[in-house]
Amino acid sequence: MKASKKKAVAVPQKKQSFGVYMKRYWQLYALLALPLIYLVVFKYVPMVYIQIAFKKYSIVQSVWEMPLAANHGFEYFIKAFKNRDFIYALRNTVGLNLLDLIIGFPAPVIFALILNELVFKRFKKVVQTIAYMPHFLSWVIIYGLALQLFAPSNGLINMVLTNLGFETIPFLNESKHWVGTYIGLGVWQSFGWNSIVYLAAIAGINQELYEAASVDGAGRFKKMWHITLPGIKPTIVVLLVMNLGNILGSNFDRPFALQNNLVMDVANVISTFVYKNGIKGLQFSLTTAVGLFQSVVGVFFLLLANWIARKLGERGIW
Amino acid sequence: MIKSKSAKVGDWIFVLICILVSAICLLPMLNLLARSLSGSDFLIRREVYLWPKGLNFEAYTTVLSDMKYIRSFVFTAILTVVCTIFSLVMTTLCAYPLIFENLKGRNIINIFITITMFFNAGTIPNYLLMKALGLINNPLVLVIPYCMSVYNMIIMRSFFYGIPDSLRESAEIDGASFFKIMTSIYIPLSKPVFATLALFYAVGRWNGYSDALMFINDSNYYPLQLLLYNILNNINQVEVATQEGFSAPGLSESLKAAIVMFSTVPILLIYPGLQKYFIHGVTMGAVKE
Repeated sequence: MKASKKKAVAVPQKKQSFGVYMKRYWQLYALLALPLIYLVVFKYVPMVYIQIAFKKYSIVQSVWEMPLAANHGFEYFIKAFKNRDFIYALRNTVGLNLLDLIIGFPAPVIFALILNELVFKRFKKVVQTIAYMPHFLSWVIIYGLALQLFAPSNGLINMVLTNLGFETIPFLNESKHWVGTYIGLGVWQSFGWNSIVYLAAIAGINQELYEAASVDGAGRFKKMWHITLPGIKPTIVVLLVMNLGNILGSNFDRPFALQNNLVMDVANVISTFVYKNGIKGLQFSLTTAVGLFQSVVGVFFLLLANWIARKLGERGIW
Repeated sequence: MIKSKSAKVGDWIFVLICILVSAICLLPMLNLLARSLSGSDFLIRREVYLWPKGLNFEAYTTVLSDMKYIRSFVFTAILTVVCTIFSLVMTTLCAYPLIFENLKGRNIINIFITITMFFNAGTIPNYLLMKALGLINNPLVLVIPYCMSVYNMIIMRSFFYGIPDSLRESAEIDGASFFKIMTSIYIPLSKPVFATLALFYAVGRWNGYSDALMFINDSNYYPLQLLLYNILNNINQVEVATQEGFSAPGLSESLKAAIVMFSTVPILLIYPGLQKYFIHGVTMGAVKE
């Protein structure tokens, strides 16, 4: 057993032998065992199956025995990029994420700035509680709510529109409008919740800055622009970087719950493509290749976004 | 500080904006509630807006007397409780040992854990794993595979970091084991973070449906949200049509509204009480170290 080469220990001790160390520390390893086994089995073992992307899937052979796919194993990647549905799904994933970013990202910042201007504390608390509510609804429930609001004949909004003599709007059944509905519901669901972080950042700003600015005669918007916004800039940058890094990421619950057959050209994203063609369509090699492409490019984007943030002089996310 | 008159007007403008925003948040729920309580004639005639017309509780009595919904509700409730407790245990087991700087291999373990946050094998490899483990169609698949979120573990760990080292050190000097320190110091002091993460895990499980969609074929094990998804999309139409009263489209609409209400209410009752905790939790997650 080799002696440990530990540096400083909290309680000053002589050099411990490994045996002495384990006698005390084994409990920590025992506690860690279950979570680590969990991570190995459910996060690392699935990586073994990634090789299916490069192999011809066969239900009777083990992953290791399956033959390599054509084109040096890249057959399914080539197939994916020749697949019109996948190209659409890729375009939709990036497009919807970008729209989410452009429209959905500023919303919580603005909401936090507005909340910060409220002088009635009780009222502020009530508004916050109400604004957090949509975050706690599942996408299926939000879809249910959307049906009642947006259905062509008996949805609330279309009822109001027809009563006022306007034509009904196909919020859910026509591609262009569906995109708007999808983005709008996303903002509705998340703006309140995402404002929490900004509110915390605003609370951390030194109050003396505001007092000094008041003495100098700065008005409400001047203070907002010159003190509050710069004060929360690091938070904004970090979250922007995380969002940009996730531009190819695709959540499943939201698009799957909201999509329908009439709008599939804009609503099908990578996650739903994989579900439909993989789990339902049993094209395991193709969809594993698609998933791998998404993961690898996703990690690349995240690293890139983080690098950019650091270049801009911000902390980045790690 | 004396406020100028314009500042006072400004204050009221912000109040007005906030009232408007709150209304937008609440409006869909009000509309839903009104529809669930309305008579079918009024719904067919498209007369129901934000206030119920022909007030009746027929839709709710139908839902509450149908075993299919009750069963799914109870199943999801049990599932949520089991998952939340199991997830909290796992998260604690992972977070606590990692706060000890003297733990050998700590850095390697940290890297090992962090990698799983950034790289995911993908849907199909996960599916094939569940298949290989015999978890397809097994309700355990709704408990085990997502039992620990690394993100939540980081939140808990940073909360543990906030507990003064001196408490731990004096216990160590008294000869307390690490296990004892966890149960007698860290867990009792961490109620806020447990409340936050319990809410996160519980909401995640209550609202989740994609895992059931992928891994469960037996409708007896459908969580409420998946059942709701199928109802909203008129999947299993035959079953729906044979049910009493379903032939009238108005009732079926108020019934749908009642079912959505029915599956939302538990969360709406719980989250406001935990607000001060989860705000703290979210903030900690965002500014990790």
